[in-house]
Amino acid sequence: MATTPTPRKMVVVYSRADRIFRRIVTAGALTSLLLLGLIAGFLIFRSSGTFREFGLSFITGSEWFSAGEDPIGGATTALVNADDASVFSIGPMIVGSLVVALIAMFLAVPLSIGGALYIEFYAPRGIYRILVSLLDLAAAVPSLIFGLWGIQVFTPIGVRWATLLNDRLGFIPLFSVEFENFARSPFVAGCVLAALVVPITTSVAREVYSRTPRDLIDTCFALGGTKWGAIRSVVIPYGKSGVIAGAMLGLGRALGETVAIYLMLNLVFDYSFQILDSAGGNVASMIALKFGEATDKEISALIAAGLVLFIITLMVNMIASSIVQRSTPRA
Amino acid sequence: MTQQNVDSTKTVPQQFDASPDFRGLETRGAHAWFGTHHALADVSLRFPEQTVTGLIGPSGCGKSTFIRLLNRMHEFIPSAAMAGEILLNGSDIYAPSEDPASIRLKVGMVFQKPNPFPAMTIRENVLAGIKLAHLKRDNHDDIVEQCLSRAGLWKEVKDRLGASGGSLSGGQQQRLCIARSLAVEPQVLLMDEPCSALDPGSTLRIEETIKELAEKITVVIVTHNMQQASRVSDFCAFFLTDGGPGYLVEADATRKIFTNPTDSRTADYVQGKFG
Repeated sequence: MATTPTPRKMVVVYSRADRIFRRIVTAGALTSLLLLGLIAGFLIFRSSGTFREFGLSFITGSEWFSAGEDPIGGATTALVNADDASVFSIGPMIVGSLVVALIAMFLAVPLSIGGALYIEFYAPRGIYRILVSLLDLAAAVPSLIFGLWGIQVFTPIGVRWATLLNDRLGFIPLFSVEFENFARSPFVAGCVLAALVVPITTSVAREVYSRTPRDLIDTCFALGGTKWGAIRSVVIPYGKSGVIAGAMLGLGRALGETVAIYLMLNLVFDYSFQILDSAGGNVASMIALKFGEATDKEISALIAAGLVLFIITLMVNMIASSIVQRSTPRA
Repeated sequence: MTQQNVDSTKTVPQQFDASPDFRGLETRGAHAWFGTHHALADVSLRFPEQTVTGLIGPSGCGKSTFIRLLNRMHEFIPSAAMAGEILLNGSDIYAPSEDPASIRLKVGMVFQKPNPFPAMTIRENVLAGIKLAHLKRDNHDDIVEQCLSRAGLWKEVKDRLGASGGSLSGGQQQRLCIARSLAVEPQVLLMDEPCSALDPGSTLRIEETIKELAEKITVVIVTHNMQQASRVSDFCAFFLTDGGPGYLVEADATRKIFTNPTDSRTADYVQGKFG
C-alpha cells in the first residue's frame, strides 16, 4: 500500500520588480490606515477630559454651557472663574444631525433613482453625455455654494412647501410647529442637503444601472416585456445593492455636512422632532459655530463631539457595506 | 463595392418552400445597417412551421444581426436600420401598426449565455414572461410544469422550484431559459448559439430539447458547430461576408448542404476548410 506523501511546501519567489511594487502598494495601504488611526487617536486623546467629566451624559444630555460665556438661549448668567459650572452635552445635536440627514435622504433617494433611470434608459443620446458630465460637475460644487443658494434662493420656496405641509398635515406631530416661522428649519435645511447629495447618489445609481447585463434586459424584451417591465424586473433588482451603497455614501456626506447646514439651520439645544419648526441640531455645524470663541475646556468638548460624529459616520459605512454584501445578487 | 455584393447575392437564395400561402417566418430582401455600416444584404429565406433551421457561417457574417432582425431586437442598437420585409404568417412584423412587444411574444429568443434572472426563483423565472407581458393566465402551476418538461428540466428541478435560478448548472440554466421563453407560447424560437457556453453533455440535452420543440414550433438556431447543425436542423442557411455586408450564400435541406451543396464555398466551410 502506497503511503500518503507529506504535502510539499509551495515557495513563491517574487521578482525584484514585483517585490518593490508590493512594498509600494503595502506602504500606500498602511499609510491610509495609519492616518485613520492617528486621527482617531488624536480625537480620543483630546476629548478624554470631556468624557471623563461628563461620561455618557455628554451624548444624552441637552445642555451646552461654557462658563465665562452666555449660554445658548440668551439668558445672561455669565459666571467668572467658575469653570466647574460648564456643562457640555450634544444629545439634540446628534438627533438633529440624523433628522436632517434622513429628511435629505428621504427626498434624495427617490429623485436619484428616477434621475438615474431617466439618464440611462430614456434620455435621448444627444443629451446623455451632457447630463452625465453635468452630474459630475454638480457633485464637485462646494457645499458653501449650496448653502448660499439655500439662503438666497431656496428658502422662500422651502418655506412655501413647509407652510403647505403644515397647513395640510399639521395634525401629524412631525409637521406641527410652535411658531409659524419655517425658515432655518430642519425641513428647509434637509431640502438643501438633498440637493447637495442628489448628484452623488444619482451618479452612483446611474453607474450601477449602466452595468446591468445587456443580456438580461434583452431577455425581458424578448419575452414581450416593455422598457418599464425590464427596468422593474431586472435593472432595479440588479442595481439594488449598488444603489444602497450610493445612498449610504450620500448619507455619510449628509451627516458630516457642515457649511451648508451652518448657513441654513437654527441650532437649538432642545430635542425636537417638529421638522418644520425653526429649531434643529447638527453636530458638525455646532463644532464650526463654536470653535472660534471656545475656551480650552470647550475645545475638548467640541473635539469629543467630533469623535462622536466620526463614530456615527463609521457605523453608517459599516452598516452600508454589510447591506451591500447581503443583497448582492448571485450571478 | 457594396452594390456589387448586393448584386452577387441576388441569384443565390434558394427557397425550400415556394407555396404562396406559406405559414411560418419569411424574410424578403432583408438588409441591416448599423449607422453607415451595411451589415447584412438582401437575405430572402423561409422558415417553415415546425422545422429547425440552422444558420451557419464564419464569425462576422451577419448571422446574429439577421436573427435579431427576426424579432425586432435589431432596433435596440442605436442607429440600426433595416430594409426589406419580414413576414410572420404573411404579415409584416415591421409594419407601423405592429407592436414590437407583441411581435416578441410570438417570436421568442434564447441567448448565447445562460441568463436566468438572478433575483428570481426557478418558478418565477419560468413565469417571468407572463408577468412582463401582463398575460392573463390562471394555471401558473401547469405552465411551470409544462414548460420545464418541454425544456427537459422538470424532473431535475421539480422539488426545488423555489431555489434561485442561479443555483443550477450552466446547462440547466440554459434549459431554464428555454422554459422561460416557452411560457409565453411563441410560434417561433430564435436561438443565438445557445450551446456555445456549455459542456458536451449539456449540449446534447439541449439538442434533444430543440428537436422536441420543433414538433410544435419553428426553431431558428445560430451555431458555429457544424456537427450540431447537422444533428439538429432540418434546413441550413450558409452566410458569408467578403469584407462587405454579410449575405446568404445558399439555403437548403441540411443533408444537401452537408453532402452536396450547390456552392463550392459552402462545401469548403462545412468541411472545415475555412471559418
